[in-house]
Amino acid sequence: MATPILELQGIRKSFRAADGTERPVLEGVDFTLREGEIVALLGRSGSGKSTLLRIMAGLIGVDAGSVQYRGQPLYGPARAISMVFQSFALFPWLTVQQNVELGLEARGVPPAERAERAEKAIALIGLAGFEGALPRELSGGMRQRVGIARALVTEPDVLLMDEAFSALDVLTGERLRDDILELWQQGGMPTQAMLVVSHNIEEAVLMADRVLVFASDPGRVRSQLAIQLPRPRDPDSLEVRELIDEVYALMTAGAGRAGRPAGEAEKLRLHDRLPEADVARMDGLLELLADAPFNGHADLPQLAEESELTDDELLPVAHAIGLLGLAQLQQGDLHLTPIGLRYVDGGHVLRQEIFGQQLLAHVPLAAHIRHSLEQDPAGALPEQPFLRLLQQHQDAHEAERSLRTVIEWGRHGEVFEYDFHARQIRLPDGALDEEPED
Amino acid sequence: MTRRPGLFFPRQVVDAGGNRWDWALLPLVLAALVLLAYGGAQMARPYHVGEALPLSLDPWQLPYYLLRTTLRMLLALLASLLFSFAFAAAASRWRPAEKLLVPLLDILQSIPILGFLSITVTGFIALFPGNLFGVECAAIFAIFTSQAWNMAFSLYQSMRTVPGELQEAARVFQLSGWQRFWRLELPFAMPGLLWNMMMSMSGGWFFVVASEAIAVSGQNIKLPGVGSYIALAIEARNLNAIGWAIGGMLVGILLYDQLLFRPLVAWADKFRFEEGGQESAPSSWLLTWARRTERLGRLVDRATGALVRTFSWFRLQHDGTSIRARPRPGTHTVERVWDAVVAAGVMFAVWRLVGFVHAEVGWAEVGHVLLLGLATMTRVVLLIALAALVWVPVGIWIGLRPVWAGRLQAVAQFLAAFPANLMFPGVVVLIVHWKLNPDLWLSPLMVFGTQWYILFNVIAGASSIPSELRFAAGNLGLKGWLKWKRYLLPAVFPSFVTGAITASGGSWNASIVAEYVTWGDTTLEAHGLGSYIAHMTAVGDFPRIALGIGVMCVFVMGMNHFVWRRLYRLAEDRMHS
Repeated sequence: MATPILELQGIRKSFRAADGTERPVLEGVDFTLREGEIVALLGRSGSGKSTLLRIMAGLIGVDAGSVQYRGQPLYGPARAISMVFQSFALFPWLTVQQNVELGLEARGVPPAERAERAEKAIALIGLAGFEGALPRELSGGMRQRVGIARALVTEPDVLLMDEAFSALDVLTGERLRDDILELWQQGGMPTQAMLVVSHNIEEAVLMADRVLVFASDPGRVRSQLAIQLPRPRDPDSLEVRELIDEVYALMTAGAGRAGRPAGEAEKLRLHDRLPEADVARMDGLLELLADAPFNGHADLPQLAEESELTDDELLPVAHAIGLLGLAQLQQGDLHLTPIGLRYVDGGHVLRQEIFGQQLLAHVPLAAHIRHSLEQDPAGALPEQPFLRLLQQHQDAHEAERSLRTVIEWGRHGEVFEYDFHARQIRLPDGALDEEPED
Repeated sequence: MTRRPGLFFPRQVVDAGGNRWDWALLPLVLAALVLLAYGGAQMARPYHVGEALPLSLDPWQLPYYLLRTTLRMLLALLASLLFSFAFAAAASRWRPAEKLLVPLLDILQSIPILGFLSITVTGFIALFPGNLFGVECAAIFAIFTSQAWNMAFSLYQSMRTVPGELQEAARVFQLSGWQRFWRLELPFAMPGLLWNMMMSMSGGWFFVVASEAIAVSGQNIKLPGVGSYIALAIEARNLNAIGWAIGGMLVGILLYDQLLFRPLVAWADKFRFEEGGQESAPSSWLLTWARRTERLGRLVDRATGALVRTFSWFRLQHDGTSIRARPRPGTHTVERVWDAVVAAGVMFAVWRLVGFVHAEVGWAEVGHVLLLGLATMTRVVLLIALAALVWVPVGIWIGLRPVWAGRLQAVAQFLAAFPANLMFPGVVVLIVHWKLNPDLWLSPLMVFGTQWYILFNVIAGASSIPSELRFAAGNLGLKGWLKWKRYLLPAVFPSFVTGAITASGGSWNASIVAEYVTWGDTTLEAHGLGSYIAHMTAVGDFPRIALGIGVMCVFVMGMNHFVWRRLYRLAEDRMHS
């Protein structure tokens, strides 16, 4: 077995929530990055994969567990570990050359050597001739090339990539990825191992020797998939398609929480994070699913292609319609349920009615809000107590997002309304006089 | 395009050093150096307290006075810059320092400039016995206090809001604190800092009289400068001289704009962080000129080279795998102890203050001063409201017409820099002539200089209304009051709040010169906190100065916390999604 470079053992990391309680982000994570491999981390947003990457970069400390780089404990950013950022993180006031030289300058490398090494890295990544340009003059793809050159010029042992291609358009991202894989195959870069955080499943399958799928709340490695196909891999080949299918199944099975039998429709808890899916997109996806060629049954990768949604857009929507019982998510496939079919066939009014019923039946948070509102004589409550409830289990930002999501769903299902200025949730007009429906 | 110097000069001349731009710029550089040296030498002349410095109202002396004033301002600006660096670096890096420094700055910000002057002037004079430099220092310090705080605050704010990924990149690539400051934090903060430097300069001009004609704590020293010239002209009731002074000051502001700020702003354009260059980049003839020179350019390169060389001296000696990078536990208790020390210090200060007030001035006086504070606050609030009523519609009208916006915004900024106290003599003459009530009619002077902040912020806000919104409003046929209520007012509200905050702060500070106005031997006084402080500083009654300043701090900070910050948050939350 190849020499380990980075070894993580029993990592636990929590962030302090707004009310002072600790909320775990990562729990009991073991991970080893070995020489000569590319590892991809996949998972829902909020599953702690970016946090894990930052722990390996030495940017974030851990609460428990050990992080070792080549047998030495890692307390902070190390010279041999370099990173490529999602939004490039270039210094806009420095030229391409100066940006690339940054790491060398910080180390006190003499100017002549600095310039030489930077030029070499710039040429390697295909940017020769752009040394004097400012980042704002470059397109997104070119900027990320600068980011990669900057990371490579210090000859790092480990290269960490934090969703490095997700801010680029599909075509540009693919080209850049292929270029990097080519460099890697040819031994053109000094790097011994790469870790790629991604939410693009195809990207992960095409790049990695190992794919790690993360479960959320708290984040942990749920499953691992070794890929032994030789590179370059053809995205249209049967093996790759099967692998992509398999990863989709891993990603959607048990819908995220650890230790749950796959296939079973998931039961939400009151304070669980809600997938960020807007109603219009759910409608769109359901209609797509009901129509030919899918006729109610679809493979997620095909659905992704047809809907032109990226994985991190598609998965929350699929998850959400699964939660609401409008479709069933199984082994990476999506099946329309009878209720889902009625929903798609219905007009506006019927859709709203079904949506409202499903929401109250399957999303405990929505049911709790509705119940509390019905108890209130005025039929209106400030959002604060609900937010506080969520914050006990999610960080402030996520709690806010979950509440926004449930409010949007509640509005669509006419279960409750929301007054933005007063920050109040209230029952829809006329609902007070009616019998509470179930 | 490449330059072709050989086209105009024989080859050996070109090789001998510099190009034609160098030669053209040379006289300007030399003249600046000579003037600076001359002015500097004049600042450190022998001087004994009580000696009268020669001053005359001869307009021919004005250029010399202008030189002395600009030099003082420049020194004060440099001092403010250094102070801002030190403050921001300490406060943004070191949490215990932050806890102490940020509230302290909040307090310092609300202390009027005369307060600083009356407390420090004797100390500065004692520092350089027998030399004018002590008094100069006091004047420079007074200008410094009208410039430093907002610069320091802006730098600190910017350093705290450096985007997370850039901070992470700086750490991943092993930048030391020194390297991070010069490579990341200062460049990121530069546009905001420059904007605040210009505002500071306006503040400096506004208090030019107060800082040069030192008439506090029983002192009566008039340093050669435009401010003293104005003070002398007021004493002599010489309207002609006032006119000359206005002219001189215009020239001074113009020179600063053309020779310092314009080039700096044009240069700092590269530090803009936002993407997209749809706005036309600011340009400056001087900067373009200087960039074309060869010699001067090399000199600048050498200076930046020297700075870059320091990077390798102050670099990180170890990385994250060294034991020295290990986080030290137990800082928690140290932090608690520090908190306790700060709290004890604050409590002690409050106790001393209460004791002091009780012994020296009595509580009746405190009540009286609080009432005066209320009077001044009423004036500030009413006048800001009045100014808003006038300038918001005007600003919107201008802002929606791009051609006018570009031209008039510059004018409004210029007016904000213009010291309103030059208008005071005229107002005094009018009030005396018509026998008007000074309590009422002196008040407009408070917003005279500060109302322009509202105007140019509203212009900026209105001109940045997205064109889709404009078309939509036109398409829906919004008219009359509905159009204002639903579309125009909400659209400019955030920028109005920004402007009003500045205007309100400035008005409090201006109340000291606006509520207590002299013209020769006529003195007009409005009842208010400003005139109280002005009166007490002239007499040199320390306990009452301290009381007045303290009360003003309370009012200003109270208004900031309870009114402006809330409005600001409201503007941020509601008006923009």
